[in-house]
Amino acid sequence: MSEWRRTSPRMIIVRPLHEVAGLLPVLFAIVVLGRGDPRELLWMGGALVLLLLHGLVTWWRTTYRVGEQQVELHTGLFGRRERALRRDRVRTVERTARFGHRLFGLAELHVGTGQHEDRLQLDGVTAEEAERLRVELLRRSPAAPDPESAAAREDSAILATLDWRWLRFAPLTLSGITSVLVGAVALTRVLGEVSSREDDLLTAAARQVAAWMARNSPVVDALAVLLALAGLVVVVSLVGYALAYAGYRLTRQERTLRVRRGLLTARSVAIEEARLRGLRIREELLLRAARGARLAAITSGLGGHHRGALLVPPAPLDEVHRVAADVARDPEPPFARPLQRHPRAALRRRLFRAVCPVVALAAAAGALRLWAGAPDWPWVAALVLLAPAVLLGFDRHRALGHALAGTWLVSRSGSVRRDTSALRCGGIIGWRVHRSFFQRRAGVLTLEPTTAAPHEHPRVVDIGEHDGIRLADEAVPGLLGHLVVRDARDDYS
Amino acid sequence: MSDSPRLRLRFPQHRVSRRAVAMWAAQVVAGWAVVIGAQLVAAVFDPSGWALVTAAMCLVVAAAHATVMPWWRYRVHHWETTPEAVYTVSGWFDQEWRAAPVSRIQTVDTRRGPVHRLFGLAALTVTTASAAGSLVIDGLDAEVAARLADELTRLTQATPGDAT
Repeated sequence: MSEWRRTSPRMIIVRPLHEVAGLLPVLFAIVVLGRGDPRELLWMGGALVLLLLHGLVTWWRTTYRVGEQQVELHTGLFGRRERALRRDRVRTVERTARFGHRLFGLAELHVGTGQHEDRLQLDGVTAEEAERLRVELLRRSPAAPDPESAAAREDSAILATLDWRWLRFAPLTLSGITSVLVGAVALTRVLGEVSSREDDLLTAAARQVAAWMARNSPVVDALAVLLALAGLVVVVSLVGYALAYAGYRLTRQERTLRVRRGLLTARSVAIEEARLRGLRIREELLLRAARGARLAAITSGLGGHHRGALLVPPAPLDEVHRVAADVARDPEPPFARPLQRHPRAALRRRLFRAVCPVVALAAAAGALRLWAGAPDWPWVAALVLLAPAVLLGFDRHRALGHALAGTWLVSRSGSVRRDTSALRCGGIIGWRVHRSFFQRRAGVLTLEPTTAAPHEHPRVVDIGEHDGIRLADEAVPGLLGHLVVRDARDDYS
Repeated sequence: MSDSPRLRLRFPQHRVSRRAVAMWAAQVVAGWAVVIGAQLVAAVFDPSGWALVTAAMCLVVAAAHATVMPWWRYRVHHWETTPEAVYTVSGWFDQEWRAAPVSRIQTVDTRRGPVHRLFGLAALTVTTASAAGSLVIDGLDAEVAARLADELTRLTQATPGDAT
């Protein structure tokens, strides 16, 4: 039995550092925009001391032990939490290093099992210790070959590395837009805080902008705002892409896939190939227009960390397909086969769903116009929305598709966020078949293979009844088959 | 595909125990009794009589709920087990078929709450490694549930594999 150990004492500094970093915008607001009220400084000093104390206590009360059978972690001052993972259940070891960690040569390890709640977080071991633990924990038994041995290194292969030309896809992802929105919300809150103190540094600037805008026509204003926002989105998304994916490289070593990436926060995620249930290509609307996509692994063991499953950042679709085939290592690559389209009933359902809200909106606006004297433009605007709604319906139907490619069950759906998922049939441990009242009338069903991977439920949406049942029966022979009835064909076309 | 026979899904063979209808009705009545009782208490202190009106309306809804829902639920709940798989179907407007292979079963539990005991019933829960949750058959005859749990446990142990 090995002895109990503590994390690195450097964590006494690093933990408060990270916590302060999270509060930077607030600190900035208080220091720069505040009026230097001595009480504020006192508050801040007190908070700082508390944070340091917290760091000290956390370090002091955190111990871990890696034994033959299990990994144990004890934390907490009063409410001691004692957690243990069985060594043979460990499936993934994810290593991250935030900027504080990197400054002090530390790292954080997430040790996961197949179960989604069963994970340990070991924050603040030294980089060497992290690497040693990662290797040790992923080695199934002492008899398994040492990953550092020559044979193992020969097996190690680089599947993909970052190409800086991929940066052109950065502005096309939704992350830039959401970051700007989140930033704008945060900014307005800070500004709200500031203006309530009648500080005039920023309000003066705002007033100048407002005055400039008042001089222009509304069209020019709208264009200026749009341009400024678009520019901001581009810059933010470029920076975000570079921060998140600099140094990206996907490698395979000893039946384990490894993804390394990140500039400020360095991440290293290891996924055991045996736990890989499938692959998912995600094309957001704009990304798809530029023939770009990203690739993720559908796997058990990473738990709530969606980001952990990323295999390829936004990149050209061809590259994503190549990597998918390399990762799959199958005679038949999962995404090569053309997909079967879904019946017209599925199209009717897509159109109905896309158009209905718009029609309801237009009707409501029209009613307000008729009986409440509302202006004309709301119902006109709602009617104008009909065209994109119809297009959306058609596109969502065009997205629907399925195929059985060798040992892979492939399904695709979505327009704004189109996902193409390929599941290994061997990883399917059950079926859910949904037939709503309207689906039964339309003769379609939704087929959902269930796997051990949490958060990922690739569904075959609105497939024809006959095709869906045949697909399920062919993908996993004998599972659903017991309930399948073969009718003589008569009343169906 | 024009000459191949048309495929469709049939319902699993078995229904739950008929006594489940009574149990669900009792659960509905108990739930509504609290709501209506509270309104009657309010009526005592409220001279306007509005509480009595709403209580009467609740009574009508409760009566309909207690007579229709349990029968409907009884009619749409189906289950079946084979040596290879467990099947359940549930849902009124939105039907859901579920299938789980016996080889992937991790645990089989029977649960008998106080209400179940009153009617000699049990709920059977079949758990696999699936992230989509476990299969539940509620309202089985207690003996049937116990026998089924034994059978499935035996089959599971006889099947090789680590169930993931």
